[in-house]
Amino acid sequence: MILVYIEVRDGKIKKSSLEVLSEALRRGEDLGTDTAAALVGHSLDSLAPEALRFGASRVYILENSLLSHYSPSGYTRALLSLAEEIKPEAIFFPATSMGRDLAPRLAAKLGVSLASDCTQTSVKDGKLEVVRPIFAGKAFASFTFKSTPQMASLRPNVFPLGDPVDGQGEIVKKDVVIPEAQVKDKVEEIVRSEGAELDVTEADIIVSGGRGMKGPENFDLLRELISILPHASLGASRSAVDAEWIDHQHQVGQTGKTVSPNLYMAFGISGAIQHLAGMSSSKYIIAVNKDPEAPIFKVADFGIVGDLFQVLPPLKEELKKVLSE
Amino acid sequence: MNVFVFVKRVPDTESKIKINHETKSIIEEGLNFVVNPYDEFAVEEALRIREAKGGQVTVLSVGPEEAKTVLKKCLAMGADEAVLIKDDIGETYDALRTAKIIAQVLKKKYTEYDLLLFGKQSVGADSSQVPSMVAAFLDLPQVNVVTKLAIEGNSGTAHREIEGALEKVSFPLPAVISAQKGLNEPRYETLKGIMGAKKKEIPVINLQDLDLQSEEIAPQMEMVKMESPPTRQTGQIIEDEPNVAAKKLVEFLRQEAKVI
Repeated sequence: MILVYIEVRDGKIKKSSLEVLSEALRRGEDLGTDTAAALVGHSLDSLAPEALRFGASRVYILENSLLSHYSPSGYTRALLSLAEEIKPEAIFFPATSMGRDLAPRLAAKLGVSLASDCTQTSVKDGKLEVVRPIFAGKAFASFTFKSTPQMASLRPNVFPLGDPVDGQGEIVKKDVVIPEAQVKDKVEEIVRSEGAELDVTEADIIVSGGRGMKGPENFDLLRELISILPHASLGASRSAVDAEWIDHQHQVGQTGKTVSPNLYMAFGISGAIQHLAGMSSSKYIIAVNKDPEAPIFKVADFGIVGDLFQVLPPLKEELKKVLSE
Repeated sequence: MNVFVFVKRVPDTESKIKINHETKSIIEEGLNFVVNPYDEFAVEEALRIREAKGGQVTVLSVGPEEAKTVLKKCLAMGADEAVLIKDDIGETYDALRTAKIIAQVLKKKYTEYDLLLFGKQSVGADSSQVPSMVAAFLDLPQVNVVTKLAIEGNSGTAHREIEGALEKVSFPLPAVISAQKGLNEPRYETLKGIMGAKKKEIPVINLQDLDLQSEEIAPQMEMVKMESPPTRQTGQIIEDEPNVAAKKLVEFLRQEAKVI
C-alpha cells in the first residue's frame, strides 16, 4: 500500500495533495498495490469523499480535538500509529510548507530516510526511484530507498491531476489517542500576509520583477498584470528583495523559492545563476530586459529587448483584450 | 540561555555546479565554500538571544576537517565555542544520518540546552529535514522556516512562513527552531572577533566517540544518478517597438505556449 498524507487548509483539501494522490495511484499500479489517503485533524468527515473521488481505495480519518490546529509533534504521533499499524510500502507527502515540516519528523520516528521535494517518480525492479533537484535545480539526483516505508515528498504543481473516478473506497475513522503534553508545538493563529493571496510555489503563472523595476512602487505594474491573469502570483529576484522593494516570500532562486510554473515572466531580471537555478524548470519563460546580453535571454522562450516600462502598458491592454474574448 | 547552533559548509550560491558522473558527486575543485546562508541567520539569532538574556552560544558542524573554516567564521561573529563533529564520508544527501549524529552528540556530550537553532535548509542538499529529524529523535517541539522568534521564560513563540501567510506557533523550551531569511540581518565579523577566532581552538568529536555503529548511520537512500538539468534552447528574441513587441508576445502566449 502507498499511503498519502492529505493536507487540509481552511477546511479544504489542498490541490497539491490531490496531485500527490494521483501520482501515488500511478506508482501503485506499477507496484501492484493500492493507495490510501490519511487526513489528520478534527471534523474531517466531509472531506473524505473527495479523496475517494481521486482514487484512494481507503481514506483514514485520524481525529482528535487537540489536532484541530496543525502541530508537527501531534500530527506525527497520529501518522506514526497509523503507519505502524498498516505498514505501507511507501508514504508520500506534498512538499508544501506543512509537508516539508511534517514528513521528516515522521521519517525519523520510523527510522527511514526521506527524499524531499521530488519532481519525478518511477518504479524499477519493484522499487521506487525518485528524482529530486539539488542545489536549487543546478543538478538533479535520482535515489532509491534501502528501507521501508519508502518516503518522499513531491513538489506541488509538477505532477498532473488524475481524472476523478466513481469513488468506491472505504472510509476508516480512527480516534487518535494522544496526551495533551505530547502536542508540543501548536499553531495558535494564522496571519495572512497582505496582498499575497497565492504563493509562488502554487501559481500557474508567475510575474516576476528584478532590479530593473527601479523601485517598490513599480511592482504595482506587475500586480496589475497578475490581477488579469488566471492563477498568477508575484515573484521577485534577490536584488529586488535585498533592496527591500518587496517581501522575501516572493523571492525566486537559490535563497528563495524554487518554482516550476507553466509560465514565468521576468521583467527587469538579468538572470543571475542563483535566480536561473530557481526558475529554469518553468514550462515557458518570457523575459523583458533592456540589456540584450542579459543571461535571462539564454533560457527564455520569448524575449523582448526593450524598456519594460514601455512594454508593460501595451502588454496589459493586449492581454485584457485577448482574455476578454 | 544555553543555545546550540548547527551550521554546514556549502558551496556559495554563485557556484556553477559540475558533476563527476562516475562518483555521482559534484566537483568541489574551484568552488568557494561558505557558511550555509540560512545558518548565518541562526547564528545571528543565537547571538541576539545571548545579548538579551545572557548565556552561551555553541556552534557545531558535522563535516570534514575543512568545516573548521566555517566554524571560525561563526566564532568571529561572536559565538563562544565551536566544535567540529568530524565526518569524512562526504555529502550523502541523507539527512537521517546527519540528524542521528547530531542527536547522539546532544545525548552524549551536551545534555543541557534551551534552544537548538538551524538554518531552514542547506543550499545544496536542499532537504530541509535535519531540524525536524533532530526534534523527533529528542522528542522536542519544532518550528521551521521562522521569520520571528520571541523567548519568554521557559517558552517561546515563533512566526513560521507558510504559503501566503504566517503561522504563529507556541512551544515550551527546549525547542528546535530553523531560521528563514528575514529573521534578522547577520552581522559582519569584527577585526577583534577575527583575531580571537584565529587563536581559539576548535575541539573535534569523532564518530567513534559517540558509540554509534556505522550501520546505524549508514545512509538509507542510495543515489543512482546525478545529472545536470536539461539545457534550455534560447527561443525567439525580438527588438521591436513596444506596441508591436507586446502584440507578438501575447500571440506567442496564445498560439505557441497556449498558456492563456
